[in-house]
Amino acid sequence: MAEPQQPTAVRGSGEGGGGQFRNAVGGVLCAFALLLIGVLAFSIRLFSVIKYESVIHEFDPYFNYRVTQVSLISAERSSAASIFCQRMESFSQKKRKKNGVYEFWNWFDDRTWYPLGRAIGGTVYPGLTLTAGTLWWLLNSLNIPLSVETVCVFTAPIFSANASWATYLLTKEAKGPGAGLMAATILAMVPSYISRSVAGSYDNEAVAIFALIFTFYLYVKTLNTGSLFYATLNALSYFYMVCSWGGYTFIINLIPMHVLLCIVTGRYSSRLYIAYAPLVVLGTLLAALVPVVGFNSVLTSEHFASFLVFIILHVVALVYYIKGLLTPRLFKVAMTFVIKVGLAFCYAVAVILVSLVASSPTKGWSGRSLSLLDPTYASKYIPLIASVSEHQPPTWPSYFMGINVLAFLVPSGIIACFFPLSDASSFLVLYLVTSVYFSGVMVRLMLVLAPAACILSGIALSEAFKVLIRSMKFQRPSSDDDSSTEGDEVSSVPANSMKNQSKTSVKSETVTKEKPSKKNRKMDQDPEGSSPVGPTREQKLLVLPCGPSFVGIMSLIVLCGFYVVHCVWAAAEVYSEPQIVHTYRSPYGLHVFDDFREAYAWLRHNTEVDDKVASWWDYGYQTTAMANRTVIVDNNTWNDTHIATVGTAMSSPEKEAWEIYNSLDVKYVLVVFGGLVGHRSDDINKFLSMVRIGGGVFPNIKEEDYLRDGIYRVDAHGTPKMLNCLIFVETDGTGFDRARGYEIGKKHFKLTHFEEVFTTHNWMVRIYKLKPQKNRVRGKLKLKSRSKTSSTLKSGGKTNPWQ
Amino acid sequence: MPSATSDARVLIQSLSRAYAATPTNLKIIDLYVVFAVATALVQVAYMGLVGTFPFNSFLSGVLSCIGTAVLAVCLRIQVNKDNKEFKDLPPERAFADFVLCNLVLHLVIMNFLG
Repeated sequence: MAEPQQPTAVRGSGEGGGGQFRNAVGGVLCAFALLLIGVLAFSIRLFSVIKYESVIHEFDPYFNYRVTQVSLISAERSSAASIFCQRMESFSQKKRKKNGVYEFWNWFDDRTWYPLGRAIGGTVYPGLTLTAGTLWWLLNSLNIPLSVETVCVFTAPIFSANASWATYLLTKEAKGPGAGLMAATILAMVPSYISRSVAGSYDNEAVAIFALIFTFYLYVKTLNTGSLFYATLNALSYFYMVCSWGGYTFIINLIPMHVLLCIVTGRYSSRLYIAYAPLVVLGTLLAALVPVVGFNSVLTSEHFASFLVFIILHVVALVYYIKGLLTPRLFKVAMTFVIKVGLAFCYAVAVILVSLVASSPTKGWSGRSLSLLDPTYASKYIPLIASVSEHQPPTWPSYFMGINVLAFLVPSGIIACFFPLSDASSFLVLYLVTSVYFSGVMVRLMLVLAPAACILSGIALSEAFKVLIRSMKFQRPSSDDDSSTEGDEVSSVPANSMKNQSKTSVKSETVTKEKPSKKNRKMDQDPEGSSPVGPTREQKLLVLPCGPSFVGIMSLIVLCGFYVVHCVWAAAEVYSEPQIVHTYRSPYGLHVFDDFREAYAWLRHNTEVDDKVASWWDYGYQTTAMANRTVIVDNNTWNDTHIATVGTAMSSPEKEAWEIYNSLDVKYVLVVFGGLVGHRSDDINKFLSMVRIGGGVFPNIKEEDYLRDGIYRVDAHGTPKMLNCLIFVETDGTGFDRARGYEIGKKHFKLTHFEEVFTTHNWMVRIYKLKPQKNRVRGKLKLKSRSKTSSTLKSGGKTNPWQ
Repeated sequence: MPSATSDARVLIQSLSRAYAATPTNLKIIDLYVVFAVATALVQVAYMGLVGTFPFNSFLSGVLSCIGTAVLAVCLRIQVNKDNKEFKDLPPERAFADFVLCNLVLHLVIMNFLG
């Protein structure tokens, strides 16, 4: 609770029984508050279910959902879920009898990335699917027949409740239960965490953030207690984090950084060794167990920091041990001796290591990690990573949107961590600083900043409330007590004013965030800054006058009220959209655009099981999961050339596009068009990234061909190449484009190589079928393709590999 | 540099004298640590001879040696009576933690050994 520890001791030993009762009541209240925090975290994420329906959102969650289905299928065959059986009919059509968790590791998916396929077992982080699968299996064994989809939809809110409890534990280790409760409440509502963990957002971050905070909690607990038991638990929790998310590299780099910081600032202790060394060994082994990571856990540069600090830690531990054995003079002799020999040895090892690492072009780092360290790397070398909207740097307003009030509570939290500075609080500060840097690189990583910001704001608010409430409590008795305590304090003022100066300035900063005028009064009230017990206590506690402290408490409560209002608004209005269903309010009522599911359902019911569908990679996961058809590229984006092929096809005129798609056995092409309804993120707006990615691999696609004077236009001023390319002729047909706000450039054309087979109700998704080749080609040679190749070789110039 | 060699000799003498004063149980743990590290070095030398295939076996073998060495050092830290931070930790609890951590380590090793 927010009561400080001092008053129980202050009251004297006669109040021992009363103190115990108060502690018991405090504990019960704490537990009850935690329960409420869990319920809050769960329910604030349910807006999407209430406003729309219990459906899986966006793109990536559909893939996770499909993987979960496959890993559970043998278990579910034995239960009587009829809805699921209908969905699984297609699986049984393929006569794939082996499924379940063990076969999941060896699963090779042939319904995506045609004709390459994808080895799911070795390329997916299994934590989320195994967690949801276990949850489903547990519920079913208790005879609670929830469908897999329901469990998947609600996994994220359940784990966000767990994450807020983990935040309570972590902050309690650093600063006490009061700060813990505050931080847990703040985390339950913080918008940037809500954005990735609403009900229906079945993505890795839903469980990964819980694993992150829990791992940090166990690390700090081991650091504080020095118990090997918690070190083991820490390694196991780190294993769970590695299973869940690629962001585990953050942990395995942050903890070594903290160990290094502790060593450098002279805070080395044997507890540090116990906290770190077993984690490195066990953690590396456990990380190598996960197929996605495999041998990368010892071979890639992302993990080298942990090994380096491991070695440094052992050297430091040895040095301290020998220091304990020898006399100081001999120790100095030993040091000079060792330094001479050791330096030469270190040089040799360093030279070998550096040459090994520098020999690889990316210095051993993966592309994604490099794009984090160097923000401009992706735009120069990997246009695919640069084109994802989540990978853009955030703007300033997005910080305020994501963490709101915490943005300016965090600095006061940092200062509060320094009074007193312990290992745990230095860890929290380091965590915050690094996550601020990474969130500045990529907006998606604001999610990692959120727990740090919540913890530090919780600490700041708790410290502020501690001071203010203590002031209220000790000033509330009648004025006689006030004058008597003041009398004691005034006499001890000259001796203690120096000690109080720093405390006062700190407290005034934390408290007067909103009322700068109070600061002047604070300096005048300095003489009051001491405890009522008397001059025997070394550390004088700060006590403010009653009026300002009451105003301070009220202001802080109002501040928290603003925060809550913003969070609920963000959860309800901004983050509750499932992105598979769009709504639009008009004077005539609420319109629901369910075009995507309409298109996938059409595909599912009107095409053959083995037909291949080509679309831009955004829709790959949804197509495989809902339409159950083989796709060419999907959101995994592991093969740049394959995506570039599709991009080239979309940018080419009809004939070339037909050739490309025919070579890939494609039967249907799916495009998204938002012109009729004003949907802004359709394929025309994404077209430039198609051109860039295609141009990155096939040099005949040049971006300048599609821009008029450097501006991207699809109206009458569009370039000829733009107006002729496949995506344009496939998407447009109406006169006025509502998404872009101008008239279409080319109307009234006929498609020769494709025919439209389906357009959804609001024209958002359009499906085209490849027309089969004519049997008899009038007036041209049958060996047309071969002669064209030879003519291209003779002409030189731009080589189009598709002709 | 005669002073350096004489200094080194004095150093080694005082080191060995100070080390001889440590209790026997700690010396046993130290012996175990040395044995584990030596085994790891033998494995690395063997890997240098025959190549890295299968890499997972090599990794699990070396990391198991280093892992037990690290855990033994943690045990030594916790059991050492000179250590002020752990004076109210009963040595039985320290040993139980050591056994538990070793169990987890060897479970993982057995899984990864192939």
